[in-house]
Amino acid sequence: MAELAAAIDLEAAAASRRHFWSRFAIYGLLTVFAAIYLIPLLVVVFNSFREQAEIARDGLISLPKTFRLEAWAQAWSTYCIAGTCQGMQRNFLNSLWMTIPATIISTLLGAVNGYVLSKWRFKGSEVLFTLMLLGVFMPGQIALMPWAFVLGKLGLTNSTYGLILVHVVQGISFTTLFCRNYYIGIPDDLIKAARIDGAGFWRIFWKIIIPLSPPILIVTVIWQFTGIWNEYLFGVVFTSGQAQPITAALVALTASGTTARSYDVMSAAVLIGALPPLLIYLFGGKYFVRGLTQGAIK
Amino acid sequence: MSIHDLSVPIAVPARSWRDRLGSIVPILVLAPSLAASFVYVFVFTGWTLYLSLSDSTLLPSYGLTGLDNYASLWSNRRWNIAYTNLFLFSGFYIVGSMAVGLLLAILIDQRVRGEAVWRTIFLYPLAVSFIVTGTVWSWLYNPVDGIQALVRGLGWSDFSFALTSDRNHAIYAVIITGVWQSSGFAMALFLAGLRSVDPDLVKAAQIDGASVVRTYRKVILPTIAPIFLAVAVIQIQFAIKTFDLVAALTRGGPGISTTFPAIYVYDLMFQRGEIGEGAAAAVMMLAALAVVLVPYSLWVVWRRRAEAGNG
Repeated sequence: MAELAAAIDLEAAAASRRHFWSRFAIYGLLTVFAAIYLIPLLVVVFNSFREQAEIARDGLISLPKTFRLEAWAQAWSTYCIAGTCQGMQRNFLNSLWMTIPATIISTLLGAVNGYVLSKWRFKGSEVLFTLMLLGVFMPGQIALMPWAFVLGKLGLTNSTYGLILVHVVQGISFTTLFCRNYYIGIPDDLIKAARIDGAGFWRIFWKIIIPLSPPILIVTVIWQFTGIWNEYLFGVVFTSGQAQPITAALVALTASGTTARSYDVMSAAVLIGALPPLLIYLFGGKYFVRGLTQGAIK
Repeated sequence: MSIHDLSVPIAVPARSWRDRLGSIVPILVLAPSLAASFVYVFVFTGWTLYLSLSDSTLLPSYGLTGLDNYASLWSNRRWNIAYTNLFLFSGFYIVGSMAVGLLLAILIDQRVRGEAVWRTIFLYPLAVSFIVTGTVWSWLYNPVDGIQALVRGLGWSDFSFALTSDRNHAIYAVIITGVWQSSGFAMALFLAGLRSVDPDLVKAAQIDGASVVRTYRKVILPTIAPIFLAVAVIQIQFAIKTFDLVAALTRGGPGISTTFPAIYVYDLMFQRGEIGEGAAAAVMMLAALAVVLVPYSLWVVWRRRAEAGNG
């Protein structure tokens, strides 16, 4: 018996050594990858607080020796993009006034559509749903000229309202898909019982569906907000100059190589553009990931 | 279930007009979204298809010229570069981000501490725009200020890393940045897959004495095979639509070396006043998406039916 115990001990010791090294390898690899992911972010954050003179001397990738907030102030309100010296504030606000209404409208429409397509199905509703889904896959390029024409006719070229319209129409298919797939899981008996009690379409929507909806509404809002905020193609095609959303303005800013590149101000500008979706991600990460995986398994 | 089934128990004659109104409400509610989607998906696509067959140049024009635009598109050297880039990019991008994503997912799946923190780090690039990512990486690739300067400063004086200023290699800068941005996405999907594998299956393999590597290769990965396909299909979609990343990172350059189909469309329509040919290029993008998505969707539907059939 003693021999057996000793053998087990030896084996256990070997196993724990193996365990140590495999743990070491796992955490080592994770750390290396984490560094690769974090360094670009750190570089931008550091450079937004460093002096341009220091960046020019020590290079972009270096620990900060100076700390100042001036680059942020300049990027926000005084830096020049293509001759206009008002910083990014106008573009930031454009993005905000475009993203918030477009997100709310497309989410509400998606919720109502999803409700109809899951709980009030009618003959042919599945076919209509499939047709709406096609919008998810369409490349924006195929709609560019038609949109340009429609926006021109409506007098909405170069305006935030035009972009809101484009994003709402483009977003409906996503939001409808999300909400419909979620509402399918709500038992039909619940709806049937409410109908027998005399509740109508809207009453059931507000009293039963909406109170059960927060998880999917949060996912949808986060998905739409980050998607619309980060969108570039429509912004750059349908607006110019002061009317541009922040993504288009960022490209214009970094392209205008008039003087020496001021990495400090450009870094601050990039962070201003990245901050809203980053904050949403940090605070709503769980829902963000859920949106990704659901959007994927469409 | 249809509305008609539901309305049977309450079909009291006195309320019938309200019922009839009630059964129209859902359709009325859906109508605006349906109309908008219909216009967006069919009218707009048809419109662009028509433009691609027309003699439009600086302004849309509706005289038909047959397939002239397509002929001129396919004989254009720049378009040739664009779709070659797309193939090259798609291949490396998909394999790269799936490999990194799978590795990260497997590492995280080893019951590591602080899982939420690791996941947050690997996924954050997905929250920011390709514009932000592309801009920042264009600085890192800049030979005078970025990675090359850093390594040379450390003493390796002939170190060379100037992908974006070299026409033969600029495409790899786009690939690396693309993989960096989206491997977290692959990780999230793979991780969800790994977590859905039946733990009894894994336990059985371990009891049989299979090593960790063997368990993954023979038991776990085969069961999540559909996820590989799903990730690949989504990544191909991203690749075909690639525009922002290139616009911010290389602007299609140096020269025209990193032109992509989406960049080509934008350029022809809005910079060069070749709307007809730009539309033809946009139609080709749609065709590429269809080639990938139609078989995949059919396969998904078929598999769901098969599963439902098996109970």
